[in-house]
Amino acid sequence: MKRTIVAVAALAALGLHLTSCKPKDAGSAVSGDAAQKVYVTPGQHDEFYNIVSGGFNGQMSVYGLPSGRMFKIIPVFSTFPENGWGYSEETKPMLNTSHGYIPWDDLHHISLSQTKGEHDGRWAFGNANNTPRVARISLSTFRTDEIIELPNSGGNHSSPFITENTEYVVASTRFSVPPDNDGDMPISSFKKNFKGYISFISVDPQSGHMGIKFQLKMPGISFDLARAGKGKSHGWFFFSCYNTEQASTLLEVNASQKDKDFILAVNWKKAEEYLKQGKGKKVAAKYAHNLYDEKTHSATSTIINEVMTLDPKECPGLVYFMPCPKSPHGCDVDPTGEFIVGSGKLAAVIPVFSFDKIQKAIAGKTYDGEFDGIPVLKYESVLYGEVQKPGLGPLHTEFDGQGNAITSFFVSSELVKWNIKDLKVLDRVPTYYSVGHLSIPGGPTSKPHGKYVVAYNKITKDRYLPTGPELTQSAQLYDISGDKMKLLLDFPTVGEPHYAESIPASLLEKNSKKIFKIEENGHKYAAKGEKEAKVVREGNQVHVYITAIRSHFTPDNIEGVKLGDEVYFHVTNLEQDWDIPHGFAVKGSNNAEILIMPGETQTLKWVPSRVGITPIYCTDFCSALHQEMQGYVRVSAKGSNVPLTFSTGKTAAPEAEKVAKK
Amino acid sequence: MKRSITTALLALTVGWYGCSDGAQQRAQEAPTDPAETVAQEEVHGSEVKAISLTNPLDKAMVSSGKSIYDVKCGSCHKLDETKLVGPGWKDVTKRRKPEWIMNMILNVDMMLEKDPEAQKMLEQCLVRMPNQNLSESDARAVLEFMRSNDGEK
Repeated sequence: MKRTIVAVAALAALGLHLTSCKPKDAGSAVSGDAAQKVYVTPGQHDEFYNIVSGGFNGQMSVYGLPSGRMFKIIPVFSTFPENGWGYSEETKPMLNTSHGYIPWDDLHHISLSQTKGEHDGRWAFGNANNTPRVARISLSTFRTDEIIELPNSGGNHSSPFITENTEYVVASTRFSVPPDNDGDMPISSFKKNFKGYISFISVDPQSGHMGIKFQLKMPGISFDLARAGKGKSHGWFFFSCYNTEQASTLLEVNASQKDKDFILAVNWKKAEEYLKQGKGKKVAAKYAHNLYDEKTHSATSTIINEVMTLDPKECPGLVYFMPCPKSPHGCDVDPTGEFIVGSGKLAAVIPVFSFDKIQKAIAGKTYDGEFDGIPVLKYESVLYGEVQKPGLGPLHTEFDGQGNAITSFFVSSELVKWNIKDLKVLDRVPTYYSVGHLSIPGGPTSKPHGKYVVAYNKITKDRYLPTGPELTQSAQLYDISGDKMKLLLDFPTVGEPHYAESIPASLLEKNSKKIFKIEENGHKYAAKGEKEAKVVREGNQVHVYITAIRSHFTPDNIEGVKLGDEVYFHVTNLEQDWDIPHGFAVKGSNNAEILIMPGETQTLKWVPSRVGITPIYCTDFCSALHQEMQGYVRVSAKGSNVPLTFSTGKTAAPEAEKVAKK
Repeated sequence: MKRSITTALLALTVGWYGCSDGAQQRAQEAPTDPAETVAQEEVHGSEVKAISLTNPLDKAMVSSGKSIYDVKCGSCHKLDETKLVGPGWKDVTKRRKPEWIMNMILNVDMMLEKDPEAQKMLEQCLVRMPNQNLSESDARAVLEFMRSNDGEK
């Protein structure tokens, strides 16, 4: 077996090597051994899980690296017809907000949970950019377990970023707004009344449950991205800020006036002290907190009515601004925690700040005035140095763990590798085209795996077979293990990925859940075994406790449903075998279909619209007799006296057949 | 033999083209182990070699076997001789050895791969018997319930 693999690989190697002697053109600048480096032998697994934001599709997706193969789309903030997310009665509450049910949002950034600055493989966090929320996804079920809404916030872009032991997930607003409970303000009063709230969401170390511990009420500016300190700078958080001009119209011009905006440094340990001293103020707010329970297979949504706030003006030593050229986007902290890299989208240099110098400047009060009552540290006093002429339009920086940084450049469409200590540019490679985020496995942790970098490009153009005006998004994988970065692979992605993280497969695959134990199913309407299958009428609600197993439903003949009824099919999948989901569909359902994992119960609500016989069937090919996995529901007129009956395997009595024939 | 010569030749070629050993390296240091995924709890132990049965029946086992039957088996197996998805259970303990029954429950993949009787059943039923995630003691209880269903005391 192994021999064959080697033989095939060798053949491939030989073939590729010979062709690699040709001159390279710009669009296919790959080295000869690229194919082998991304080839994963059939049946073998990838080296890394790549958890990728879906951007405007509101989902996350899971790929393998180095192959670039997609394994799963995880629905988070958007409904997903493939598995009934947001359509089943159990999952609808997950998409509830203080504004009601929202079927589609915009997910930009991923944070994987950490312990002691390293990935621990427990959860992925994602942000809803439009209606501000943060979600927690289980990396065992690969399902969204929790969503919390953020009050007093506009676009939740600077989110979710986590501290090195996942103590907090932060989420700060991109659009400053007046507080929710006092929002009817003239837009022209921006400087006075609009505020930029930063939410610190605490994460329970055992359950992962989230709660807003406090919100920092900052002046009305825009927060873009953020990173927590680590190692020596653990206890601090850094945020990139733009629109320090405090414009509320034509930001393209009006928010690009100043030579320098800010990076905000927050001492969150100090915030905890102030909270203990009672400096916090609870204010009225309204936000949803949604939790999915793996045992009841159901979600609940709770509306919370107040939030704790801290005003930095009343808490000296809590926050400091650092000038940063110009409209900083990425704000990235190196693995040691000493260096903070600001990437000014409109700047000609990349400034690198020193945590030690920041501490000195704070101790020595080396200020350059203040901004709305908050001290501004002197640029030169906190600056370690600047990378000169790195490229055009720096956006984001990740780290290889070997003392180097790699920065993405949108305008000049390239990745640039530079040394953190001497700030010298070491290498640059083109991206196809216009890279946004980049991601190194473990890149934001204190121990990156500096083997690959993925560029998530914003423009695709001619990279793949064209599919009309709307194209797939393009990701590119580079080998960064040597001195020179080498392009290995283009792979298409769904939605529009922004940030992504990668984690060694060995950390996740051993925990991946295979089935839900039927004995532990705590769903109110579960039928644990066909003996419990039944149909119950409660007024105009008909509850069908229906089971699915290869390859039949019980019951599969139901009569006595009437127009005006609401029928709830509570489908319990009795299988206890890995990878045997059943699907469930009802003709004429205005809702959707559902997919039920082994041992799980999911509910499809159906309001019949006409009298007649309605077929139901399994939509997921489950066995050789899948095509036989079906049933019938008889719908009668309102007021009809057809009794409610249900059965499986009951064949018609000979008399009935005779009557039918006449 | 022929294959190993080809392999050796190709390996040599790889040696000459020194930069081309990436895939080989990757295969050798593959950091993931599919065996790890497969070895999770819902795959049950090893083949059951020998079971000793005793009379009278263990009443507690019979009753626990009955509740397991209701949840995990009854959808496909009736207690009389009727074939539903799978065969009815009437007299199954007289047709089959206890070890055969235990292995069908616990190691169905192995049985369908190796055991001619099990393979015959698949040809008749055309649905692979599901692995219903029973522990060995669960399966033993189900066996006791089958014996009771077959009239043993």
